[in-house]
Amino acid sequence: MSTFRAGLLAQRTGTAGAAVLVAAAVIALVAPLLIPADALDVTRVTAAAWQLPGAGHWLGTDHTGRSVALLMAQGTGTSLFVGLTAAVLSVGIGTLVGVLSGHFGGLLAGALLRVTDFFLVLPALVLAIALSTVLPRGLGTIILAIGLTSWPSTARMVRAQTLTIEARPFVERARALGGGHAHVIGRHVLPSVVPLVLVNATLAVASAIVAESTLAFLGLGDPTRISWGALLHQAQLHGAVPQRAWWYLLPPGLAIVAVVLAFTLVGRALEAVVTPKR
Amino acid sequence: MRLAGRFGGAALSLLMVAVLGFFLFRVVPGDPVVSMTRGRPTTAAMQAELRAQFGLDRSLPEQFWSYFTSLLRGDLGTSFTFRRPVADVILERLGPTVLLVGTATLIAVLLGLWLGVRSAWRRGSAFDRVTTGVSLTLWAVPTFWLGMLLMMVTGDLFPSRGMRDTDTAPDFVSQALDVGHHLVLPSVTLVAVVCAEYALVMRSSLLEEMHAPYLTTARAKGLRDDLVRRRHAVPNAVLPAITLVFLRFGLVVAGAITTETVFSWPGLGLLFYDALTGPDYFLLQGLLVVTAGAVVVMNLLADLLHGVLDPRVKVV
Repeated sequence: MSTFRAGLLAQRTGTAGAAVLVAAAVIALVAPLLIPADALDVTRVTAAAWQLPGAGHWLGTDHTGRSVALLMAQGTGTSLFVGLTAAVLSVGIGTLVGVLSGHFGGLLAGALLRVTDFFLVLPALVLAIALSTVLPRGLGTIILAIGLTSWPSTARMVRAQTLTIEARPFVERARALGGGHAHVIGRHVLPSVVPLVLVNATLAVASAIVAESTLAFLGLGDPTRISWGALLHQAQLHGAVPQRAWWYLLPPGLAIVAVVLAFTLVGRALEAVVTPKR
Repeated sequence: MRLAGRFGGAALSLLMVAVLGFFLFRVVPGDPVVSMTRGRPTTAAMQAELRAQFGLDRSLPEQFWSYFTSLLRGDLGTSFTFRRPVADVILERLGPTVLLVGTATLIAVLLGLWLGVRSAWRRGSAFDRVTTGVSLTLWAVPTFWLGMLLMMVTGDLFPSRGMRDTDTAPDFVSQALDVGHHLVLPSVTLVAVVCAEYALVMRSSLLEEMHAPYLTTARAKGLRDDLVRRRHAVPNAVLPAITLVFLRFGLVVAGAITTETVFSWPGLGLLFYDALTGPDYFLLQGLLVVTAGAVVVMNLLADLLHGVLDPRVKVV
């Protein structure tokens, strides 16, 4: 009974998470169409800086007089886009490495496993910082830096699943009937790995969004784009903390927490569906 | 045999750290000297001189050999911004980081394990739901933002910049109190983020043990619930959790970078920030090699510790 309740809870929180994500996606898609370019241009805004929330600017204004609400809406797209693409890249690499090292034995598997374990223990943020410092600033760099440093946990999990599946009699049968590597991987390994990969991808988006905000906060973001992390970077740079500008500090952080939590909850709900408890 | 394998693996990992540190900063597109001098007026002659100074005009194998032999001697090159050996700069900043990370890890481990045990033992209780909910939320909170919030909320209650005031009396007690006062906000930030992870790990570790037959036996012997937990379940569940704490040392490192940046805590994390804003490639490379090396060593320690604490491991 209690496991049933827990399962139901995961589903309910999962649904709530999904609702948050749909709302964020709608904002991300609609914001660029509705917000006039003038409103976000530092040289053309007319409102006073550091205005408290009120009529006209219902989340107040930033250090240049731009509306925080509009900046938040505009930043949604960047944060979501980086999170999603970096997660796809990371999970893609992880799946490839995991399947290859699980399917092929011998030297290749040994080397891949070695490299996976190596990158698994290294602090991903440190590597991501190094990569995005060396490469030219831009959205592509951030995505690469996060994607290239966060794949090992997926690789480990996919490898374990691949090994489990390949030990099953039906794969042995497929091999005995003359099924080659491509057949075994394409028909048996990949389909069994997909649910796991989906769960992993959902959780990977969550950590990629946090990673993006951290890199942007450290000033490694794309300087031409607004993201939630970049807003916090600006807030820190221009003294929002000593000014007690809560209307400038709270929204980007709360938005990150809400979206990351939403992805985590959806991921956990998916996990509960994919791997039923014994 | 197993021991030799562990040490060999760690040595190989350290070698890979060195290789990674080298290639990350050389093979990537773009001339390091160009990006190093970005935004500063430089002539072609100055750039050529810099290239020669950093050995960038030599062939890649030659560069690697000189880099690698220097590394073995503990020479990490010269910092571009500090105009001093990278190794000296890093050593200087080690103390504050060890103080911050040590304090925070100790508190986070104790608190996290306690929370994890309590919520796993009463799974589904209000305590469990609150702990798990708060942990998941904290996991989603960016460290730096939490730091900024704490700073804003506490106002002038705690100092928010640096490690000590300049006008504190020079005697040991006042100095220690001053550093402790400065330590409060950064360590609370770090604890909050890391502790959540530990609590979740400990919770799932204990849940794995919950239905083990030996617990039924212990209960059948008539032991009180409290004793079953303390004497039987927790000692078994805590081992994998402790190992994970060491394995996730990278998490603490990442947390330290952003926490130190927010609070201007003069440790390695802030040095990272200085290095990347430069950008100071040799400093960044040195920091990467040192932190990655430290993580590899921590993992080796975790392995050895696990072998000592848990006799079952030796059989495998």
